[in-house]
Amino acid sequence: MADTTAFELVTPARIMISRDAGMVVAPGVEGLFGVLPRHAPLISTLQRGVVEVHDNGQVTDRIMVDGGIADVAEDRCTILVERAEKLDADNKAAVEAQLKTAEESGQENDIDFLKAVLAEMAA
Amino acid sequence: MANLKDLKNRIKSVKSTQKITSAMKMVAAAKLRRAQENAEQARPYSSRMSAMIASLAAKADTSSAPQLLVGNGKNDNHLLVVVSADRGLCGGFNGGIIRSTRRQVLDLQAQGKTVRLLMVGRKATDALKREFSDIFVETLENVQGTSVQFSDADMISQRIQAMLEAGEIDTCSIVFNKFVSAIAQDVTFTSLVPAEIDNAEETEESEGAIAPNEYEPDENAVLSDLLPRALTTQIYASILESSASELAARMTAMDNATRNAGDLIDRLTMEYNRSRQAAITTELIEIISGAEAL
Repeated sequence: MADTTAFELVTPARIMISRDAGMVVAPGVEGLFGVLPRHAPLISTLQRGVVEVHDNGQVTDRIMVDGGIADVAEDRCTILVERAEKLDADNKAAVEAQLKTAEESGQENDIDFLKAVLAEMAA
Repeated sequence: MANLKDLKNRIKSVKSTQKITSAMKMVAAAKLRRAQENAEQARPYSSRMSAMIASLAAKADTSSAPQLLVGNGKNDNHLLVVVSADRGLCGGFNGGIIRSTRRQVLDLQAQGKTVRLLMVGRKATDALKREFSDIFVETLENVQGTSVQFSDADMISQRIQAMLEAGEIDTCSIVFNKFVSAIAQDVTFTSLVPAEIDNAEETEESEGAIAPNEYEPDENAVLSDLLPRALTTQIYASILESSASELAARMTAMDNATRNAGDLIDRLTMEYNRSRQAAITTELIEIISGAEAL
């Protein structure tokens, strides 16, 4: 069996990420958990937090998610979330724009999440 | 001759109508591509979701399963979510929804059940207002189009859950136009509560569904977290499908309208030329017979 996990991050709008990863760290409701290849099958609910994708010991992707479900099998890890934003500098302008439209239409949940994303980016 | 001028005006107006319909057709076609993409991109999420639920539902014992999955055993109070378009000029799209909704409501009422309607989209709301406005729960507009928002689906889903919890409704289903192809849309009824778990074709392809043996925190907690999400997803997918269907229906309708306008223009032009010819002939006869009389 390969020593990578087929990682997928799916939102209702699209498949956000689909690639092989060395390790995935996800914010489960009972604490962070890491998914390495040959992880025992697991279904866990997630809380708001950061999903980290590791390759060769380096963090290669950080994604803020707002709750959701992780479905882990031996060779794959699928995360289903309603809201997710990549935490990199390129995405900052897009998140700020979304925050603006959310504030205009008064969608409290979105505002809350997007603010948290920006806070995490600044940190 | 006045008649000639009338015909000319008529031809002109039909031509401008044709321009409008062909522009609408092209706009619908361009938007359809986007809407179709949106609907397709939403599919992985919902198919994975239903695969998960199917595997969980097989395990959960039905006695303690959440109401969202199995219902509460009664089906006296029914909520019907009706998804139609905000705008017209899309052939039989809205008519189909309105007709099936009316039939379904009357059917259920004839069985002595209480029916309530949650209307999404202006067209069906307007058409059913006179008959059924006393059983409307809520009417929503502007949730469709090329950018369907997940938060809108979430709002509908929370409303349904609140009504379920309050015991106002026992079952819930959604009626929308399913997108089959650019020229075919089917009016479809899907049960939301209790959940339908028979997406056999979709679960099959994610063959990696070896029954997971660990749940965090535990099976029931996962299930009760998953079900509201699944409900929302189903509503979201339905609205997306309906949006794509609306655009497809409009494209077809406008294509037909453009073609009809073309036929009408041909016919009017022929008539115009004939009466022009007749006028000339009459004039000539008048001149010749006048000259002969001299």
